[in-house]
Amino acid sequence: MSTIAMSPRQVAASRTAAVTSVASALSDTADVAWRNLLTLLRTPQALVFATIQPVIFVLLFRYAFGGAIHVPGPNYVDFLMPGIFAQTVAFGAVGTAVGLSGDLRTGILIRFRTLPMARIAVLGGRTVADLARNLLVVAVMTGVGFAAGFRSPHGAGALLAALGLVVGFGYAISWGFASLGLRVSDPEAAQAAAVPLVFLLVFTSAAFVPATAMPGWLQAFGTRQPVDALVNAERALILGGPAGHDVLISLAWSGGLLAVFALLAVRTYARMGR
Amino acid sequence: MMSKPAVVEARGLRKAFGEVQALDGLSLAVPAGSVLGLLGPNGSGKTTTVSILATSLRPDAGDATVGGLDVVRQAAQVRRVIGLAGQFAAVDPNLTGRENLRLIGRLSRVGRRQARVRADELLDSFGLNAAADRLVRGYSGGMRRRLDVAAALLHRPQVLFLDEPSTGLDPESRFAVWDSVRDLARSGTTVLLTTQYLEEADALADQVVIISAGRVADTGTPAELKARFGTVVFHLDFGGYEAAQAAQAALASAGYQPQRDGADVQVRSATGSGELTGVLRALDGRASDPVSVAVSEPTLDDVFLSLTRGGEAA
Repeated sequence: MSTIAMSPRQVAASRTAAVTSVASALSDTADVAWRNLLTLLRTPQALVFATIQPVIFVLLFRYAFGGAIHVPGPNYVDFLMPGIFAQTVAFGAVGTAVGLSGDLRTGILIRFRTLPMARIAVLGGRTVADLARNLLVVAVMTGVGFAAGFRSPHGAGALLAALGLVVGFGYAISWGFASLGLRVSDPEAAQAAAVPLVFLLVFTSAAFVPATAMPGWLQAFGTRQPVDALVNAERALILGGPAGHDVLISLAWSGGLLAVFALLAVRTYARMGR
Repeated sequence: MMSKPAVVEARGLRKAFGEVQALDGLSLAVPAGSVLGLLGPNGSGKTTTVSILATSLRPDAGDATVGGLDVVRQAAQVRRVIGLAGQFAAVDPNLTGRENLRLIGRLSRVGRRQARVRADELLDSFGLNAAADRLVRGYSGGMRRRLDVAAALLHRPQVLFLDEPSTGLDPESRFAVWDSVRDLARSGTTVLLTTQYLEEADALADQVVIISAGRVADTGTPAELKARFGTVVFHLDFGGYEAAQAAQAALASAGYQPQRDGADVQVRSATGSGELTGVLRALDGRASDPVSVAVSEPTLDDVFLSLTRGGEAA
């Protein structure tokens, strides 16, 4: 092995090249994200369905089941909405898998793979577009919550902090579902594979009912997974009380998942042609 | 003729998908500025070859270069000099034609302004101006394919890969795509196109490589291949058995080798459809005129049959 010595000029040049390539990667990501958002706006059915499902859950749990669910605190709707927000972004992440497998099926992904663009942009552009969609849907759900009697007793700041955790979590798991989407060249199959996972995580968590209402073996799983951590952190912020610990745990989950899932997705993408 | 250096070269490419050996030691070379037709039936490995050369697939063994750059180790540089269009490389149905081209132009790193300029130029030269601002999902198959080819040209690639450019197109759209390919070849672009149709390879390619089961089965210019396999077949229908018999006798005495099946007489020609005049002249005065005449090109099946038969005979 020979040692490679670089002159100051070479160091500067490689630094410039690195800055340029980061800038191009960001610009490519923005271009792909823009394309995905345009696609989303032009197939509004997908957006409507992404919103209808959580709305129905609000109606179901607020009015149909809510009376039978006993929660600590004054009213069920304030307990429910943090769960709805978590559920909304968890199901939103299914869209990442569906979108990528759709791109795989139509062949646009093959074209992207043969362009001199930054490789990260396909995944980055997809997850950023899905983040934007999540922001929109979560905003709509907040409005629906308020219409259903949600009052966010600890004020707007606490609510915004909780929603920040929510979309951050959504972004992290989008990367996990990205790997899934890249492995299945059929959007229906991707959806079929992704939805049960989301159901499992959302319904074993304390999203809709207190964990104490579940049998011990289920609690053992339900209280040790990221959706539960997210819902607890949101409730701590929205309903008040010592929130620091729960928020840290949720942030740790989201950060850890983002790191692991992003590495996994990038590796899946890089290995696609092998 | 092979004095020009090869711009695309593949040596001993092998690729398996599970149990299926898609490529089994394929080698080919495309001289600079020429059009190579990769001819073969479905499943013969055409798309796999193009995918490897266009860097979207890695070979299990063998190596390939485009413009002297290795398609695996220097994939990023290869992508700057190639364009890919066809069967499996698509455009976005939910964007307009113009949006598609601008997006792909920007991602091809030609710069934002140049992407706009090139998009407009290409929409114009591919006859898509009127549809430029309509969503691609409303395009006809032919328009979509033309946009697809345009999308491969935004960064003025040195080498263009076209995977079955006219499969599924109506004749008019097919000829439009052919014209574009000819224009590109004239402007110096090296083109590698895959096709299932001998006719298409004949119309566009300088050199044809016939592949079968992931290997090169034969190679030559279209003229050479046609001389080897390419007989045009005239199907003459005489409407009745006796008329057909008379025609068969007349043709045989004129030096043809007619084959009769009921009221139909078939004559094969090595020189092409121009021979029909001679065939009809041989009938003149000696047999009645045929009720109908059909001319068929030799199909790829004929070529493969000849190839395998030739192999047995040799």
